[in-house]
Amino acid sequence: MTTAGTAGPTGTAGPTGPAGTAASAGPAGPTAPAAYCDRCGGELSTDTHAACRVARALEPPRFCPACRRRMKVQVLPAGWRAECVEHGEVRG
Amino acid sequence: MSLTTPDAGAAATLRDPALADAVASVLDTGVGLAEADILAVLTLPDEELPAALEAAHRVRVRWCGPEVEVEGIVSVKTGGCPEDCHFCSQSGLFTSPVRAVWLDIPALVQAARETAATGATEFCIVAAVRGPDRRLMDQMREGVKAIRAEVDIQIAASLGMLSQDQVDELVEMGVHRYNHNLETARSFFPQVVTTHSWEERFDTLRMVRESGMEVCCGGILGLGETVAQRAEFAAQLAQLQPDEVPLNFLNPRPGTPLGDAEPVDAKDALRAIAAFRLALPRTILRYAGGREITLGDLGTRDGLLGGINAMIVGNYLTTLGRAPGSDLELLDELKMPVKALSATL
Repeated sequence: MTTAGTAGPTGTAGPTGPAGTAASAGPAGPTAPAAYCDRCGGELSTDTHAACRVARALEPPRFCPACRRRMKVQVLPAGWRAECVEHGEVRG
Repeated sequence: MSLTTPDAGAAATLRDPALADAVASVLDTGVGLAEADILAVLTLPDEELPAALEAAHRVRVRWCGPEVEVEGIVSVKTGGCPEDCHFCSQSGLFTSPVRAVWLDIPALVQAARETAATGATEFCIVAAVRGPDRRLMDQMREGVKAIRAEVDIQIAASLGMLSQDQVDELVEMGVHRYNHNLETARSFFPQVVTTHSWEERFDTLRMVRESGMEVCCGGILGLGETVAQRAEFAAQLAQLQPDEVPLNFLNPRPGTPLGDAEPVDAKDALRAIAAFRLALPRTILRYAGGREITLGDLGTRDGLLGGINAMIVGNYLTTLGRAPGSDLELLDELKMPVKALSATL
């Protein structure tokens, strides 16, 4: 099974990477550079989002890191998927 | 390794003879502690916590056996709930980032399949609603049918408050257990939820019980209740005699009224586990949400040796859990067998 507690998106930095980048580069996901924290939607350029980075180990992303839109997120027993209407779907 | 042994050591005992007698009586009779004694357990000093956990573990093994019931859960309808449960990120009344989303039937079946692959015997389908409408009941009917055709697992549901017709319909679908949490003590409930009452929730539980479905009813600790209200809550659950009590610890969610609350202290959580087991000696007492934050790995182990005999593995509804393999390895290490499906039928 996918490791639910370490739910970094497939092929990306995962929860230990910088918040806002973790969900930015999945195979089917956004390709635009991450400008926003995928947990809180704040700008990455103005804050380290250290607390968000820690929290993301036990949370799926909520905001698109490319455009900060709130994503439709479905948590599943063994993973999650998050969809931005503009930038597509990411899975973890 | 343990969260509790550094303070206490193996020879720790309950110092209050009356409490020790009451706990011994639970072990002998299978009848839970009275509210005053539950409160006494919840207020034990740190050095007596190992003794309480050890006693609760003995009670659990004597009255429930060594097996651990493993369950997976999934949200079939996430977010957009009209209720205002102050702990919940799925309320549409708060500024939570959680958006409304529905799970389709193929994905629901796949979630059940993945849950069964962990060895779990229970799969609970959950919806963030006040109560189910026709669309949700139809989704449930189709989903339960599809899961039963493809996956060997017991199906439970948690769809909010039900009418009698809806209770009957779920029974007819083959749902074997229904979850509806009372969440907290009756005296504290109005501080947590204002859009419906504790009594309305109790009405659903009464109908579920009378229908023959198993009753799953627990709550969340750390909502701001007093320790006395935790004891009150355990005593109220004991009166209800649910088949299962899921025990959650608040995981403060951004945007909710409790978003800035402090998580429950680990030792207080362990006191609660022991106290709830001693109040409910024969009940399935399940680790649910929040244990990763409140207890961590060491505390999770202590709770399994202190009265817990069931766990949700994998992810929760809007947050993520530990890897199922980590929990299953821990059970193996503790020599606690996972309850087999044949034992639940």
